[in-house]
Amino acid sequence: MKYVDEFRQKDLAERVAGAIAREVESGRDYHLMEFCGGHTHAIFRYGVQDLMPANVHFVHGPGCPVCVLPVRRLDDAVELAERHEVILCTYGDMMRVPGTGRRSLIRAKADGADIRMVYSTQDALRIARENPSRQVVFFAIGFETTTPPTAVALLQARRDGLANFSVFCNHVLTPAAIQHILQSPEVRDLGSVRIDGFLGPSHVSSVIGSEPYEFFAEEFQKPVVIAGFEPLDVMQSTLMLIRQINQGRHEVENEYTRVVSPGGNKKAQALVSDVFELRETFEWRGLGSVPYSALRIRARFAEFDAETRFQLSEKTSREVKSCECPAILRGVKKPTDCKLFGTVCTPDNPMGSCMVSSEGACAAYWSYGRFRTGQATGASKKKEVAA
Amino acid sequence: MNAIPTDLPGRQGAIDMTHGGGGRAMAELIRDLFHRHLGNAHLAQGNDGAVMELPSGRVVMSTDGHVISPLFFPGGDIGCLAIHGTVNDVAMMGAKPLYMSAGFIIEEGFPLADLERIVHSMAVAAREAGIAIVTGDTKVVEKGKGDGVFITTAGIGVVPDGVNVSGDLARPGHVIIVSGSIGDHGVAILSKRENLAFETEIRSDTAALNGLVDCMLAAAPGIRVLRDPTRGGLAATLNEIARQSHVGMVLDEGAIPMKRDVAAACELLGLDPLYVANEGKLVAICTPEDAGAILDAMHAHAQGQEAAMIGMVIEDRHAMVQMRTKFGGSRVIDYLTGEQLPRIC
Repeated sequence: MKYVDEFRQKDLAERVAGAIAREVESGRDYHLMEFCGGHTHAIFRYGVQDLMPANVHFVHGPGCPVCVLPVRRLDDAVELAERHEVILCTYGDMMRVPGTGRRSLIRAKADGADIRMVYSTQDALRIARENPSRQVVFFAIGFETTTPPTAVALLQARRDGLANFSVFCNHVLTPAAIQHILQSPEVRDLGSVRIDGFLGPSHVSSVIGSEPYEFFAEEFQKPVVIAGFEPLDVMQSTLMLIRQINQGRHEVENEYTRVVSPGGNKKAQALVSDVFELRETFEWRGLGSVPYSALRIRARFAEFDAETRFQLSEKTSREVKSCECPAILRGVKKPTDCKLFGTVCTPDNPMGSCMVSSEGACAAYWSYGRFRTGQATGASKKKEVAA
Repeated sequence: MNAIPTDLPGRQGAIDMTHGGGGRAMAELIRDLFHRHLGNAHLAQGNDGAVMELPSGRVVMSTDGHVISPLFFPGGDIGCLAIHGTVNDVAMMGAKPLYMSAGFIIEEGFPLADLERIVHSMAVAAREAGIAIVTGDTKVVEKGKGDGVFITTAGIGVVPDGVNVSGDLARPGHVIIVSGSIGDHGVAILSKRENLAFETEIRSDTAALNGLVDCMLAAAPGIRVLRDPTRGGLAATLNEIARQSHVGMVLDEGAIPMKRDVAAACELLGLDPLYVANEGKLVAICTPEDAGAILDAMHAHAQGQEAAMIGMVIEDRHAMVQMRTKFGGSRVIDYLTGEQLPRIC
């Protein structure tokens, strides 16, 4: 497959692995946060950790849109489908995330709510056109990557006068979240989470460009390397980060030059600013309230805003007790530190969002990485596999 | 009987509640449609059940329900799929499939022409697989209570002496073979789903595998495990066997056959081809001594030309399936979580 196989080549991986092994200084540890769930997924799926020296550690960041959505917003979505009897269109990943009382969209669907899994906003628009007598709500989640398609859907809905279509907007912003992590007491004062540098977002940066990271690279003196999602991208970016750390630099470098430019995709940015505006604050699972970290639909599109169209009830939303998703999302804990992990919480029976999404750290640990943790086959078996 | 007859009364019509009511309309449907296509001496007796002679040996029985959407897809339809599914389940026990039953649940309003297409396809598939449909049942449900047609088939076969195939017989040191490219069926279905339409040339691999199994068992009667990786794909099948046999497995990603188009479609949709359904592929586990003869026999058969050794059985009390990635790392291949794609078969 062109443009894919080139970035998964074993011989090149071995060469980069060799370069990393030569670059790392012994007696020093490197803690690199991969912000995006896409990177977490790639690291586990391709076994990238196997090719790293023992002193290079990946810290899994909160860049999984499903994982960071607070329970309250999920409960609102369930309410839209159940009480307001809309056709709720959602990306598949959201279906199994447990809300308050472990009520998920998939359970609501089983109980008769009309919830449909879609692959794009265009599917949701089509469903709205085909069901003119029903209210159709698109459950919009995601970072800057999924925001422009939602903007386009809203523009199309207004152009076509699609009066039965609206968007429940939960779009969030990456730079604000990274800055929040760096300002958190765990990182700044307590030192309980060490982050020496960032593997910067891949698809997000294709939209926003590499410039938005320059402020905090400078402010917090942390190097950032924008990295593609293919395994060779991750390895090359890791090498670039280690070089920066060794040389005491803290710059924004771009490994993903085949897609990301400094200024990003101006057309997409214009669409987004046409339709959305900043929320003063938004709650993230794990990070709490983060100022100016999310988008809401502008007033002139209010008629297509599900939060305006439907009266959502006040509710007391609760996560599953002792689920460590919030700490895992901040990088404070690893999935294996959670006492629910692999016991009551598995991908078949998830207690928290990190176990649901394939980009969630818990699901990635469970699906791809268990034998590394010693929980299953243990270290001796790993050697057997490698032999 | 290769051509679809055109003179069936009511061919332009649709199923209504009387077709399941036990009266004259039902009798006519059975006679003019089902018997006409599937006819054999057992069906012609018109009894409530079929009386059959079985060759000596151990009898295998298996059943499979089919609810696929869409009913017609590139490479097949629910009719041939309902035959292949059960023939393969019987064949995967090392048995020669002989007889089948077919139960239809049809939704009111379903076009008779479509039903005839489906039954014709079943007849062709049964004949090709050398199996007779000896008993059947028809029920009609109200409009909105079904989705066109659901078909349940059950099959009986006999295991030849000297053959002992079972999911609990994999042992460390055995080799794992797959008969051809994986993921074709699931991607073919996906390409036709209303809300996921994209252009692709992929056709479902739906096929009866009893002929291939015959050739393999003739080459090496000592095959330990046979299984067709349907729902949940290769990953689910290998996990099932690993748990049944209390062993682990190590796969070599680079050795697993996969069509380029299937790989590309999965990449685009974020699916892992290891979890995508197949309907005409099998997994075999055998001793390393038998592997050469089995692979030779498979390569000589039309359905096994791309057969490949994809991994080894190892000792592992956690019964994990692991894979060496093409990239040079390793990962765990777990069961599929949830439903990657509903109503695939």
